[in-house]
Amino acid sequence: MDTKLEKIVQALQAEFKAQAEEFRGEAHVFVDAARIADALTLLRDRHRFELLSALTAVDYWPQTQPRFHVIYQLTSIAENLSLMIRVPVDGDQPEVPTVTGVYGNANWREREVWDMFGVRFTGHPDLRRILMAPDWEGHPLRKDYPLGYEEPQFTFNIKEIDSRKPYAKE
Amino acid sequence: MGVESKLGNMGVVTTTLETVVNWGRTRAMWPMLFGLACCAIEMMGAQAANYDMSRFGMELMRASPRQSDLMIVAGRVSRKMGPVLRRLYDQMPEPKWVLAMGDCASTGGVFNNYAIFQGVDEVVPVDVYVAGCPPRPEALIHGVVTLHEKVQAMKFKDLAAK
Repeated sequence: MDTKLEKIVQALQAEFKAQAEEFRGEAHVFVDAARIADALTLLRDRHRFELLSALTAVDYWPQTQPRFHVIYQLTSIAENLSLMIRVPVDGDQPEVPTVTGVYGNANWREREVWDMFGVRFTGHPDLRRILMAPDWEGHPLRKDYPLGYEEPQFTFNIKEIDSRKPYAKE
Repeated sequence: MGVESKLGNMGVVTTTLETVVNWGRTRAMWPMLFGLACCAIEMMGAQAANYDMSRFGMELMRASPRQSDLMIVAGRVSRKMGPVLRRLYDQMPEPKWVLAMGDCASTGGVFNNYAIFQGVDEVVPVDVYVAGCPPRPEALIHGVVTLHEKVQAMKFKDLAAK
């Protein structure tokens, strides 16, 4: 790991009692959901991470504690560093405080994570779906979301599937 | 073909009104472009000079549904796009036809998942399906000519029943 990055990770560990991991030279820091905005503010103001280059999530279903990791990928253009912050959250209705006050572009990215994973960002100014239709039910990138929609038709079941198909009326 | 085969050297033609009207409809059928994916590229190819769909009276692709007779759905239709497609179809004046171009528009193709319609016939009634991924311009033109045959067989009484 880069020596500059190592110091930053150590500072985070001291400040937030955070766990840190290293994988092939990339640093991951685990931060509690309650203090994520503070952590990102500190990184932005004191360590020059001026860019939130990605905000996404991972679903570790069927594991439930934690089920999701919300991931903040930060980039420092000035120092040429990148750092991943992970926020583990439990259960099927996870909540994480918003970071729109720290990084403005988190607005749409948090909407995307809400749309796809159903992670609710408390304090978000406009938490609507961004990719799926407004009346959509469920969150498609969750591991327990049914992926398939229609069975393929073969000669033995073509009529049965055809009878169920919702053809449009004139 | 149409009336021209009935033309003798007398300068007089006898035919039915249905034939003339249907002939007129096929020879000036304006498609609405509904290019959604890679099929749209082949649709452009069918329009362009090499394949030249204007040989069949289809040189005008209309961007407005109100000026078009045929909707060529070229590509996969996502569930979010469905209401838009239906709305554009409803805005087209009668008589109107729909051609599902390619496997995705016909059956969902390789995209058998929650986000894509498994065939555009769930949203609008389809007259002609063209297979292929994507279909070559010849296939599209064949589909269009098949539709022309279907239109030429149309009866007034069926239209009145609608």
